[in-house]
Amino acid sequence: MLNKTLLAWSLTCAIVSLALSGGRASQVPVSQQPEQRQPSEVSLIIGDRIGTPPRFAVPDFLALSDDPETIAAAQTMGEVLWNDLNFEREFYMIPRDTYASIPGATSITDVSFDLWRELGTDGVVIGTVRRVGELLEVQVRLWNIRGQESVFGREYTGSANSTRLYAHTIADEIHQNQRGLKGIAQTKLAFVSNRNGESIVGPVANRILKEIYFSDYDGYNQQRVTVNRSLNITPAWSADRRAIAYTSYLRGYADVLVSFIYEGRLASPADGSPDNQNWLPSWSPDGSRLAFTSNRDGNPELYVMNADGTDVRRLTDNPAIDTSPTWSPTGAQIAFTSDRSGRPQIYLVGVDGTGLRRITFESYCDRPTWSPAPFNEIAYSSKTGPGHDIKIFELSTREVRQITFGIGSNESPSYSPNGRHLAFTSNRSGEKQIYTIARDGRNLRRITRLGNNEMPNWSR
Amino acid sequence: MKSRLSWRILASVLFVSLLVITACGKKEATVTPEPAPAPPASPIQPAPNTTSPSTAIADTVPALPAPTPADSSLTGHDLNELNQSIPLAPIFFNYDSAEMTTAAQSKLANNAEVMRNNLTWIVTIEGHCDERGTAEYNLALSERRALAARNYLVALGIPVNRLRTVSYGEEFPFDPGNDEAAWAQNRRAHFVVTAQ
Repeated sequence: MLNKTLLAWSLTCAIVSLALSGGRASQVPVSQQPEQRQPSEVSLIIGDRIGTPPRFAVPDFLALSDDPETIAAAQTMGEVLWNDLNFEREFYMIPRDTYASIPGATSITDVSFDLWRELGTDGVVIGTVRRVGELLEVQVRLWNIRGQESVFGREYTGSANSTRLYAHTIADEIHQNQRGLKGIAQTKLAFVSNRNGESIVGPVANRILKEIYFSDYDGYNQQRVTVNRSLNITPAWSADRRAIAYTSYLRGYADVLVSFIYEGRLASPADGSPDNQNWLPSWSPDGSRLAFTSNRDGNPELYVMNADGTDVRRLTDNPAIDTSPTWSPTGAQIAFTSDRSGRPQIYLVGVDGTGLRRITFESYCDRPTWSPAPFNEIAYSSKTGPGHDIKIFELSTREVRQITFGIGSNESPSYSPNGRHLAFTSNRSGEKQIYTIARDGRNLRRITRLGNNEMPNWSR
Repeated sequence: MKSRLSWRILASVLFVSLLVITACGKKEATVTPEPAPAPPASPIQPAPNTTSPSTAIADTVPALPAPTPADSSLTGHDLNELNQSIPLAPIFFNYDSAEMTTAAQSKLANNAEVMRNNLTWIVTIEGHCDERGTAEYNLALSERRALAARNYLVALGIPVNRLRTVSYGEEFPFDPGNDEAAWAQNRRAHFVVTAQ
């Protein structure tokens, strides 16, 4: 044991010095260093030392009960946890099929350290699932392979129906524990869908209706929110994730409705009417207020009110269109779209109405969405050709970067609560669907498939 | 409804209290209770059955009246028939514009005449856009189109209390196509008789 450790340590030192010399003296041809052609172990240790992500493995969880549901749950938890950890790219997630040959653990403390080390693994997550009556008992450990010690452990008991929720919870805790990162595995996406194909008679032709849905961040567990057989669009999660505000034409005109999804309550705080139409609600970060667009004073202007509809204040006063509000992380400013220059562009204004300034100078910009802290940037859709692309305006540098590039039309960006990802609508598949993408433009994932789906909003 | 609601609340409370997260330390478990996780830990519903939305989480939302595209349910059928005969001609707009074209002005003059001949009609002016703009901005652009049409009719002497507006953005295209011919059909204002 001691010999092994010493050996590993001296090997590490040798390779690190190789790596360092390689970095320093780049004139040395790589081909003259046979050691660098060594397999994965080399890249593991070098990677570990110079800051590439640690290599993690998540095998299937061990089912401690032999009923089919528990066995299936154990496999699902391993798969979902692997996907959740892979999503943030904080770890290099070793593909699951490469460790099929490693014998499964027989208990939560049974870790084949040597085999995992051979695979170049830094950390492995071992989990167990046991059925206790109607409940599941889940235990999980994160093992440091080199140190042969458990660095993180948790035990959960809960419903047997929420298999994926266990994995999401574990993923968020591992990200917090290992990287100090606020994970998003338990967050939700609200969106608009016409998947039911329901229609109502229109003045000329039938009209396909749209309803609000939500799902887990990865697209699983899709659930319907509105059942009002009308047009329901632009959903927005409240800060506590218990309510969704949206624009509904339920009463024949546009109004802001709020569905409290766990309480069965519906509110219309903007108190709309045919002469007072309201749309595009946006919650303040603390959940106490809503910004929205209204025509109550004769043309589309921005307003802010308390969540219960009291204390309505007008924010803009301009004969042009002012719409699409989004709050800064502190709630002190609002970014919005205005065509006061002739074309829709993005502007900033203080919530008290002062400090107006324009930030985009392009052909057509809309749907700004302000990132959460620690980032300070605004994503928006910009007309780049026949369609739109997602761009990001960095407030400190005033630099703009583009993260989609003309494949289909890309609209309606919405940040994940940790600011590292965006959801957006794209018609790149020929129909409108929801996608997620990292804020650096990598890691594109399609989230929805059924019907047309659009206007995603990521829960806090 | 009420009993189902209270059942749900009870179920949620039970569930949250059952989903006790315990943490164990680095080596072996001294099990410490931790607060339950975030609210979505309430009972995970079965996948939505789209044919019976009552199984979705949404069934906790109070039942709401069916949408009323027309104001009067009694005359709704007649209104649908009337509107499908297109008594008031739609007008069309240029891209990202709410300006009245010459053609639109002459149609509005005609529509004003029809309204003067049917003094009981209340008309809702629907603003629509093509799909090339963004869905959100189009809600405002279609509002501007509807308002422009209303203001023009008012200038022609139609009382403002006979006119309502609603803006649908790009949500209800007249022609679902993706070419200029379709877009030209979709940048429009419709005039819908909502009371006779």
